[in-house]
Amino acid sequence: MKIAMLHTTIRTDEKLLIKAAKSRNVNLECLDVRNMILDIDNDYDYDIVLERCISTTKGNYGTSFFESLNISVVNSSAVARVCQDKYLTSLALAKDQIPTPDFTMVFDLGAARTAIEQIGGFPVVIKPTIGSWGRLLSKVNDFDALETILEHKQVLGSPHHKAFYIQKYIEKKGADIRAFVINGKVICAILRRSDHWITNTARGAVAENFTVDKRLEIICRQASDAVGGGILAIDLMELNGGYTINEINHTMEFKNSETPTGVSISGAIIDYCLKIAKQNNL
Amino acid sequence: MTANCPICDAQVSIPADAKVSEVIRCVDCNNQLVIEKIDGDMTVLQEAPQVEEDWGE
Repeated sequence: MKIAMLHTTIRTDEKLLIKAAKSRNVNLECLDVRNMILDIDNDYDYDIVLERCISTTKGNYGTSFFESLNISVVNSSAVARVCQDKYLTSLALAKDQIPTPDFTMVFDLGAARTAIEQIGGFPVVIKPTIGSWGRLLSKVNDFDALETILEHKQVLGSPHHKAFYIQKYIEKKGADIRAFVINGKVICAILRRSDHWITNTARGAVAENFTVDKRLEIICRQASDAVGGGILAIDLMELNGGYTINEINHTMEFKNSETPTGVSISGAIIDYCLKIAKQNNL
Repeated sequence: MTANCPICDAQVSIPADAKVSEVIRCVDCNNQLVIEKIDGDMTVLQEAPQVEEDWGE
């Protein structure tokens, strides 16, 4: 069984995956997509490709390339397409009636004002549709701030920053939950605490184990089904005695989560790749 | 194994299980570096790429 790990820079997460593969005597080959020539005339003999690129763009092209050669990629391009775009994720969740904060998409200030009234008014959060680690998130408390932020985006932003994805702000009391989900099953979860309203561990939030309950298992399975399954990190907030899903990540970082949860997330990822590869080879 | 930091020229300790493309930090100048090449006992480091807009999870 041969797994290719498609990557850009190798982080601690990828080192953990390499170690997990080694401990299972699995042949895992590291492929730096930045040095590759994605030419369909090249031959590859991988049973499966694990996409771990830190660059969404390069990961997308690498994934589509291997899929064109009929080599399965985890996660698939279909899953990546939905999860990498926050608006598409929201649409997929809403379509399946899975709890998620009210959201909207507009392209100018006037429409933004009306749309915000329709989702219940300020405060709201404006996010780039593509991006991660809590970068360029704006909590907007009033119309003056909205006007300023949208003007800056209109003048300074690239085209995708001129599509304004707006989400109702949810008061999460200094913590949110990240569930690690493989093939619809929650393998573990962490609580991310921060004094800041942005609770990404990349922004300094502290992770601790979160006990998985039945409601979490159910909503995560539903969300996984809605975006196409695979290996996902689902970010949730507690709301009104239940959960609401904030966003879903398809190339999850987990290095800070193995210790508090006591779960080998890297091992579970490699095991899932092996399972898919065996299924494909039947 | 050690290699020279391309920014401050300090001796940077290279982990035994180091991989090409791995990101490490120079303890002297605190810059992030990437392992460009490993050839026997010789390791070549470069300044790590800066975060780009589409980087993330």
